[in-house]
Amino acid sequence: MGLLDPRPPVVQVVPLSGRYLPKPGDQVVGTVTDVQSTFWLLDIGAPRWAPLHMTGTPWKVEVGETERYLRVGDAVVVRVENLDATGRIGVTMAEEGLGKLEGGTIERISPARVPRLVGRGGSMIATITRHTGAEVAIGQNGRIWVGGSADAIQRVRDVLQMIEENGPRPGLTDRVERFLLATTPTSAGAEEADGRVLPRDDGPPGEDGAGAGDELADGTRGSRDEDES
Amino acid sequence: MGSVGAKEVPVLLDAEGRRIDGRRLDELRPIQIRAGPLPQADGSAFVEWGANKVMAAVYGPREVHPRHLQQSTKAVIQCRYNMAAFSVDERKRPGLDRRSQEISKVIAEAFESVVFAEEFPRTSIDVYIEVLQANAGTRCAGLVAGSVALADAGIPMVDLLPAVAVGKVAGAIALDLKKEEDNFGEADLPMALVPQSGRLVLLQMEGHMTEPELAKALDLGVEGCKVIYEKMKAALRERYSVRPLAAEAA
Repeated sequence: MGLLDPRPPVVQVVPLSGRYLPKPGDQVVGTVTDVQSTFWLLDIGAPRWAPLHMTGTPWKVEVGETERYLRVGDAVVVRVENLDATGRIGVTMAEEGLGKLEGGTIERISPARVPRLVGRGGSMIATITRHTGAEVAIGQNGRIWVGGSADAIQRVRDVLQMIEENGPRPGLTDRVERFLLATTPTSAGAEEADGRVLPRDDGPPGEDGAGAGDELADGTRGSRDEDES
Repeated sequence: MGSVGAKEVPVLLDAEGRRIDGRRLDELRPIQIRAGPLPQADGSAFVEWGANKVMAAVYGPREVHPRHLQQSTKAVIQCRYNMAAFSVDERKRPGLDRRSQEISKVIAEAFESVVFAEEFPRTSIDVYIEVLQANAGTRCAGLVAGSVALADAGIPMVDLLPAVAVGKVAGAIALDLKKEEDNFGEADLPMALVPQSGRLVLLQMEGHMTEPELAKALDLGVEGCKVIYEKMKAALRERYSVRPLAAEAA
């Protein structure tokens, strides 16, 4: 099921649903599924697992020492670098804004909904982080990493479900904002709103470099403590 | 419901040419198709066809398991057709048996002839077909469900694959047999059609038919497939259409 694209040289159908089809330049969220001596295999929701070579990381990894850096189940933000004719997906983590994700949780939406989640000029995601105080890393593959207090994560989850169900309808950003305002539990939510986002292509790469993982983990713990007190 | 062990042969065709459930010879049982009932799968479909209820889920293209089945130039299409233990009156022994292996194989081969498998080398497209309630014609219902699920998974295909069985009951060629007709009829001929090209990609037969009867049965089956084809397309349109919310419509 898809939309007809009759532009030459080939008529094709652009699918409206289904798996993520990788494109060079896409930032994606993945999980480690296998560790070899010089690379890791990542599940990014694509047709194939993507090898992340040890040289594509911000670390100085020795051969055979890969497991000291990433283990099976770890979550990462990487960028798709290239695709070859056999469907092999090359990814890198050696850039600003990419790295290992600590704490938090990964949610899934349809890859087709990702542009709605970002919103025009990033308006949707800015609204979400402002009102929930959660940290969000968006993968073009529809895997969304969410960090913050348990409450913030739950609210982002609710919003993601709204977006998943109402994708093609207009006025979604306003609806999400109304929903978030109506469900604000305490004023604490607004205070937490530093809303750091790992952006898709533009936007400030910020300090979320290779060391981002540790900072994110600290941030997660911090806000959880606030919530409990 | 007539049980398998019944000794009495029911009246399959009355004097007015009506069948056991009141249908004409060229009439299908009522069909309902829903695309996308399983959000976790890449694609899914639920088909209710007469008393048949069949769920299909598609995963893929994804990594091939077991690895040695991987093909370097195209995707492998794996299909598992399975009948639930509770799908028939008398408990079906669960799991793979000779019949379900055969049906899985012919359905997978039917899909292979329509899917653009070369677009996804070294991957697997897995089609799971679960028969929840069976009343004859489950491989056809499974094909229809699997085909809609493949489309729902965004997998490029030449065409959808409508399927139907034609049979011979009380000496007459009849479309879409139900259980009693299958059990006590003289022949059963399931088929799957590529509507755009008119090619048949699945054709099996049990029982006997004369050559003129076979020709008539094929024509009847092709017509039946065309009706089912429209319902499959309608189910997919329904799934991807956008209806305004009640609040906004008001």
